[in-house]
Amino acid sequence: MNPDTIYWLQQLLNALQLGSIYALIALGYSMVYGILTMINFAHGDVFMIGAFCCLLAATALGLPFAPTLLLTMAGTALLGVVIERLAYKPLRNAPRVSAIITALGVGLFLQNATLALSPYPKAMPPLLDNLTWQFAGISVSSLQLIVICLSLGLMLVLDHVVHRTPVGMAMRAIAWDKTLVPLMGIPVNLIISITFAIGAGLAGAAGTMYSLAYPVIDPQMGIMVGWKAFIAAVVGGIGNIRGAMIGAFILGGVEIMVVALLPSTYRDFIVFSLLLLLVIIRPQGILGQAREQKV
Amino acid sequence: MKKTLSRFIRCTTLVIAALAASGCGAPAGNDGTLKVGLIVELTGDMPAVGTSSRNAARLAVDELNSAGGLEVDGRPYRIELVIEDNSAKADQSAAVTNKLINQDQVLAIVGPNASLGAIPAAEIAESSRTLLITPWSTNPKTTLDTRSGKPKNYVFRACFTDPFEGQVLARFVSESLDAKSAAVLYDVASEAPKSQAELFRQTFEQLGGKILAFETYTTGDRDFSAQLTKIKSVNPDVVFLPAYYNDVGLIAQQARRHGIHQPLIGSDAWSSPELIRLAEGAVEGAYFANHYATDIATPVAQRFIAAYEQRYGTVPDDVAALTYDAMGLLFEALRGAATPERQAVRDAMAAIAGYDGVTGDIRFTPGSGDPVKSAVIMQVKGDKFAWMMNAAP
Repeated sequence: MNPDTIYWLQQLLNALQLGSIYALIALGYSMVYGILTMINFAHGDVFMIGAFCCLLAATALGLPFAPTLLLTMAGTALLGVVIERLAYKPLRNAPRVSAIITALGVGLFLQNATLALSPYPKAMPPLLDNLTWQFAGISVSSLQLIVICLSLGLMLVLDHVVHRTPVGMAMRAIAWDKTLVPLMGIPVNLIISITFAIGAGLAGAAGTMYSLAYPVIDPQMGIMVGWKAFIAAVVGGIGNIRGAMIGAFILGGVEIMVVALLPSTYRDFIVFSLLLLLVIIRPQGILGQAREQKV
Repeated sequence: MKKTLSRFIRCTTLVIAALAASGCGAPAGNDGTLKVGLIVELTGDMPAVGTSSRNAARLAVDELNSAGGLEVDGRPYRIELVIEDNSAKADQSAAVTNKLINQDQVLAIVGPNASLGAIPAAEIAESSRTLLITPWSTNPKTTLDTRSGKPKNYVFRACFTDPFEGQVLARFVSESLDAKSAAVLYDVASEAPKSQAELFRQTFEQLGGKILAFETYTTGDRDFSAQLTKIKSVNPDVVFLPAYYNDVGLIAQQARRHGIHQPLIGSDAWSSPELIRLAEGAVEGAYFANHYATDIATPVAQRFIAAYEQRYGTVPDDVAALTYDAMGLLFEALRGAATPERQAVRDAMAAIAGYDGVTGDIRFTPGSGDPVKSAVIMQVKGDKFAWMMNAAP
């Protein structure tokens, strides 16, 4: 293959890896928004807690990759449910801005609690053998494959759950009409808890994979990644699961290509400009549906 | 009452001494002691830096005094150290510099260490016509006049500057590693790495090398895959990473994963034991520049390390070594001064031809406060930093 093609395929692979991680986090933003029309700004920090859970499971408990991943997902899922019950549920009928400020507060709490316990950057031990294969000149690492495949797998499972199971149907029903649904005998609180558990669990998976791919973790790592995933969710159409995935891969692609073509300083500038431009042209996002605002 | 009396006596002696020396207004030299100020970061963000610096300065002064002090203009003097804490803050630095110059009437100042405090302190020393030697501040602005951009007259440093480090590394890579091409990846939002990267490129190209990729990232970035893929595709002989150790841990591991196995080259910002832990073996065999190495073989350095260890129970770090050299330079200037006055000490400092310090041979080019000195090249070997060579300027 010609070296240029190889180079761009290699960059595409980088974009897929970054996009997969953004997608897992973006899903959490989108699901919660879809159901509660609330932006859970603590989500980036749940992702960070996921990375620290992963570190604990791998170092203190000495677990291998698969149990570490499952334990981390379970841990963050539980955290998501607890956050919802303690911080968001009491505000469910309050003005939306109160819930958003509470979410920011929860995020700050998680960050500073972690900072108090572990102020220095921590090194993540390698849980997987690092193998690199060559396919027609393109080098693919085992880690890249695992991150991409696992993320895509989790997304397919989620897509199935939301669109093909009774729980998913209940979620979509709550998203449609919160007042009528309880009258049909659907346990709204339980379904909302499940939503938070799934979203936070995915953030935990993202935290695990992120800390394996970028193995120095610190309490502030969730801020920027959280913002980026939020942009991905908005670009794809917040509230729409498939939109979040598409948005995340677009964002990963843009970030990698900007750095490949331009000085890296332009990256965040271009990413955030993209968000602004999209909000002006298509406020509902790529797959989102414009809702009429009831006044 | 007692204080007033002693001040009266001091003033009287001062007048007599001044008359005797037929000089005017000497700020020290009244009772056979010379006052020297030391500004260190004892509280605030970097207490470890300040403590090392103070320890080394005390060691230098005690060694000198117990050996009989020094002679200025044929008269013996002892050195009195006046220590001030600047809390690692710019405003506090300015305040204590003023205090040392105006209230304590010191002859010269050593410190502060961090550029943040050294730059404002240097401004005040320059306008007060008082010699200031900073041990550790590598920012070019410390010794440059802000308005004219010309070198300051009263400010010197014991360490090399950021641009100089870039030059030394370029020469090392080109001459000792025989590299013909290089790639650079640096944090564009951080001042020291930026000037190191630029001077590395300039010098390396002058030496006939080719910079194949000059890539940047921004503080806080974690994904370097796009930049590393670019670097991998141009296949350089070496990769220069002037970055702080926590970034290096990430970059080095990702570079190895992207199949970049060329030698990695780093700056003095690598010299933290944390680097080894964060990089998980990915920096093994890498080279970086530093101010000094504890396993360096010169007798001057070994004598200092032994004395420091005996007194404080720890191995001296680079700040300690540089402070010891800054004090040494100051003593040298005092010995060469025609009279124990500020201006004479500054003139003698500017006239020092060469000084054999703990951190190597220090020379000043006329009209500049930045020394021409060798950097130490270290190699990461078996999870330790090992001295490799002294890179001549």
